Amino acid sequence: MSSLTVTGVTKAHGGTPVLTGVDLHVPEGSFTALLGPSGCGKTTLLRLVAGFDDPDAGTVEVGGRTVAGPGVSVAARRRRIGFVPQEGGLFPHLSVAGNVAFGLPRRQRRDAGRVASLLELVGLDAALAERSPHQLSGGQQQRVALARALAPAPSLVLLDEPFSSLDASLREETRQAVADALTAAGATAVLVTHDQAEALSMADQVAVLRGGRLVQLADPRTLYRSPRDLDVATFVGESVVLDADVRAGRAHSVLGVLELEQACQDGPARVLLRPEQLRLGPVSGAGPRARVRGVDFFGHDARVRLVLPSGVAFSARLEGRDLPAAGDDVTVGVLGAALPFPEPRLDEAPVIASS
Amino acid sequence: MHVVAGLAGVGWPGVRELVVRPRVAELLWNTARLTGGTVLLCAVLGVGAAWLVERTALPGRRVWHVLLVAPLAVPAFVNSYAWISLLPGLDTYGGALLVVTLSYFPFVYLPVVAAFRGLDPALEDTARGLGLSGAAVFRRVQLPQLRVAVLGGSLLVALHVLAEFGALQMLRYPTFTTAIYDQYRATFNGPGATALAGVLLLLCLVLLLAELRLRGARGYVRTGAGVARAGRPVGLGAWAPPALLALGGLVALSLAVPLGSLALWMARGSSTALSVPALVQTTGTTLGLAAVAAAVTTAMALPTGRLAVRARGRVATLLERSTYLGSSVPAIVIALALVSVSLEVTPWLYQTVPVLLAAYAVLFLPRAVVPVRAAFEQAPPLYDDVAASLGSSAADRLRRVTLPLLAPGLGAGAALVFLAVVTELTATLLLAPTGTTTLATAFWSASSALEYGAAAPYAVVMVLLSAPATVLLSRDARRGLTT
Repeated sequence: MSSLTVTGVTKAHGGTPVLTGVDLHVPEGSFTALLGPSGCGKTTLLRLVAGFDDPDAGTVEVGGRTVAGPGVSVAARRRRIGFVPQEGGLFPHLSVAGNVAFGLPRRQRRDAGRVASLLELVGLDAALAERSPHQLSGGQQQRVALARALAPAPSLVLLDEPFSSLDASLREETRQAVADALTAAGATAVLVTHDQAEALSMADQVAVLRGGRLVQLADPRTLYRSPRDLDVATFVGESVVLDADVRAGRAHSVLGVLELEQACQDGPARVLLRPEQLRLGPVSGAGPRARVRGVDFFGHDARVRLVLPSGVAFSARLEGRDLPAAGDDVTVGVLGAALPFPEPRLDEAPVIASS
Repeated sequence: MHVVAGLAGVGWPGVRELVVRPRVAELLWNTARLTGGTVLLCAVLGVGAAWLVERTALPGRRVWHVLLVAPLAVPAFVNSYAWISLLPGLDTYGGALLVVTLSYFPFVYLPVVAAFRGLDPALEDTARGLGLSGAAVFRRVQLPQLRVAVLGGSLLVALHVLAEFGALQMLRYPTFTTAIYDQYRATFNGPGATALAGVLLLLCLVLLLAELRLRGARGYVRTGAGVARAGRPVGLGAWAPPALLALGGLVALSLAVPLGSLALWMARGSSTALSVPALVQTTGTTLGLAAVAAAVTTAMALPTGRLAVRARGRVATLLERSTYLGSSVPAIVIALALVSVSLEVTPWLYQTVPVLLAAYAVLFLPRAVVPVRAAFEQAPPLYDDVAASLGSSAADRLRRVTLPLLAPGLGAGAALVFLAVVTELTATLLLAPTGTTTLATAFWSASSALEYGAAAPYAVVMVLLSAPATVLLSRDARRGLTT
């Protein structure tokens, strides 16, 4: 297993820049998620790392060896990087065993024990070995694709939105099986996804890509609690964003005076709360009043949509018991601290975020 | 190209003298009324039969479907032979119309069946929900969607009628194609044949352009995901017996008559000496030629099919379209062009197997391109990438991934070319080396000499060899016919 280092990589497709200088380091044995909306360049970055395309500028190093860079372009087949495409991409003319053994040296391809142990690694029954790919469920196909990628003991495994085509129920189970297999194999893995829940729950570190740039690289908790800017904040989870006035280290907002997560200069700012930080009380209680616009009930919890008399609308995330009804008046309390983002001064040039 | 060059050699006054004369006017009238009549009849029979089979609660719909496609297994010139040998009085316009229509109506039937299957019944339900009557639904919803299929099938019928040689020659019904052949036999590559070929080419071009104009740029693709629900068949009630009778009549005329006639002549012919060694040798020659032509043509289809899928663009589309042109040019014109080119440029190649194979390749390339193209669509570059990431080299990927994925498409393309060559008559007559007889030419020389009994065995072998392809076509109506 090896680390992956991407430095200053740019790539354009037909004149349209897709990646504009991406730096990324994936430590050996870690599981990194590349998170971004569609069209942010994450699949392009994956293809450059795998060697299916060459970057216009910048270098890609795997385990300290430069595989792409000025004057260097190691062929995909010599990079020892496993690739799991969307929807599996199993060879339709080969059986499951034929697929799993595809990348093994010729002598080992007929070794049924080897195939069986690889299938077991991804949590599949060895009896599936003689099936055709089209006889498998979507989740099984993904697992076979992972077994195929792991078979030649690659230095790095790339997964390109492997769960996006699966049903919700199957997705959870397949994610777990894939995560377990990657841990068991001790593989360094990079997962491309546009699903923030998937990135936060599976990865050791999450790289947020936006507009062809890496915006933030952090572990899931840090990313959720201390996003670099409000765009990242709203992308990685539901948010309550309020205008506030910061005075002496506290934010004065429509939801009252809030403690701050980190120091912030005095003056106008926007503050971030997560919906699960809000608590509702009876209308007779203390705190600002709000009216319930509606309740989205999910079973294990619920989203309560609220509006303040001033017209500011936001949501609270509550446990599924003792929920108010639409039209009720409630008071709103805040747990924990808010994260401040100072407003750029109007008389100053706007600060352009850089990575 | 050859035709234009030949005409340029004659000069404009010469061309006018060759083209503007009563004989050409008569041929034009003959060709036009036969083409028009056949297209009309085929459209009516094809759409009617397709509607009965696909949309009504007629008993035995699957059997009817196979029986309605089966006439394709009988080459038109064999069908013509079957009729004229029974009814010598058929050498009239009516006879030609009857025989050609019975041979070609499946060309309309098949695409229309495919179109009916592709129609989303949800559209009909929606139209009914909007308050349209049954007749209005057919006129305003179904017919517009069938238009492309009917037009495509009619074009196919028209091009085949223009190019038809054997069937019409046997019925002694002169059209441009038969006149070109006679002219060529009489004067051997005179400018007369070339001038007639020019007019014929022009007619084909007019047809192609007309179809393009009529079809328009709009495609009718079902929107939305998921499989279309099968429609509810229409109950025929009291109309069921007449409908069955009509279908039965059509099948009797198009299938029972030719097969019965063949059986009759087989029985009668066995009294005269049937030369088994000759039959075996001819079959062997035909199969050999067909196998080589299939291999060559499929190999030629590979780059075109790959370009059309992997490198979509103007040049690729143009290249793909130009291969289709070959199938719209009558075999007699291509054969004529190859005769004179080989005579002028490479006399040592004249009347050799390579020239014959070249003619087959030009004529039947589209039949191979379509399945090969579909095969490339089944083998996206993703598989190549995955194999590369698993350490497989380019040669290894070709052997272990690309070729196995393409194999079914290549096989289907080769089979279609193979079967087309087995029943090819016109180009083979003009280009086959002296002493080389195929099933079609052996059949032709026997039946031209009115030795109907001696001709029958060759026809039977051709029909038997064509049957598998016909079964394939009836099963996969969606893929449809391309030439």
